[in-house]
Amino acid sequence: METVTLLQPVFDTLLGLALLWLAWRALASPDLFKAIVLFITFGLLMVLAWVRLDAPDVALAEAAIGTGLTGALLLAALTRLNSKSDAKSVHEKEQQRKAHN
Amino acid sequence: MKKSNNAKPITENDSRQAQFRLLLAVPLSALAVGLGYAVLSLPSQAPGLSDHVAAKLEISGVSNPVTAVLLNFRGYDTLLELGVLLLALLGVWSLGAAPKRREPSPGLVLELLSRLLVPLLILVAGYLLWVGGHAPGGAFQAGSVLATAGVLLLLAGWRLDTRFSGLPLRLALVAGLGVFLLVAVVLMLAGGHLLEYPPSFAGALILLIEAAATFSIGTALAALFLGGRPEKGSHR
Repeated sequence: METVTLLQPVFDTLLGLALLWLAWRALASPDLFKAIVLFITFGLLMVLAWVRLDAPDVALAEAAIGTGLTGALLLAALTRLNSKSDAKSVHEKEQQRKAHN
Repeated sequence: MKKSNNAKPITENDSRQAQFRLLLAVPLSALAVGLGYAVLSLPSQAPGLSDHVAAKLEISGVSNPVTAVLLNFRGYDTLLELGVLLLALLGVWSLGAAPKRREPSPGLVLELLSRLLVPLLILVAGYLLWVGGHAPGGAFQAGSVLATAGVLLLLAGWRLDTRFSGLPLRLALVAGLGVFLLVAVVLMLAGGHLLEYPPSFAGALILLIEAAATFSIGTALAALFLGGRPEKGSHR
């Protein structure tokens, strides 16, 4: 029991630092897919932080909405973004070819 | 990431972006100083409202203080939250119709797993809704678990039958807000204030509102995942 209480501040510090680091990596990552995966990881660690703050209600909401559904929504948006920009670049190339001819 | 073939505008953009970033640093550091000041000037022992909530918990109709605050003492906030969710969906729908993409066969694993998981998720949503009265849980958590079941079904290639994508879907979406508003208005007409539940059947009213809200939140979040207005009448 003693060691558990001793380890708690260490765990909290590590959790806080990991959250800050993940948040920064998610914001700074140029690869959008990577950023989304980092955001989901951030959300999962955030769930642990809410549990440590004795807020199981918020932890449940964060796990279900903040991590699960938002992650799925972001991935779906990324897929649509990629398919749209692909279609656009094909369209632009055709336009260029026409202009060239 | 695709780069443009023309290199010159990019360097111009880059220098402009660098200037913009430098400019951005000024308000951001002001914000950081303000936030730091706010955190440092917090009283070390905030009185909070938990004692008030604990004192009135008996007449709220539920024994979970969080649900009591969300659905009873500050029910107005939850009412507006449901409205915000509906507005978000309205925004997505106004952008256009859902992409018509026939997904290839989802594969054996996803198909079998979704068949196994969807009933379980619906059961978990019902449990979270019910347990919200006396332990952590509630409409938003249950609704999002329900929405996860919907997302799983959408990923497995299931689409709402066009018979239901018109009025029935819209009714399902507004059911939560509608029931909430109906209860509020009826209570007002009965002589109370907005959302002032009579203690004798506050628990039943909260459960009714939460059940409708769970259904609507689940539908709305799954509809958000679809990413557009489901088209009426067209075969998908």
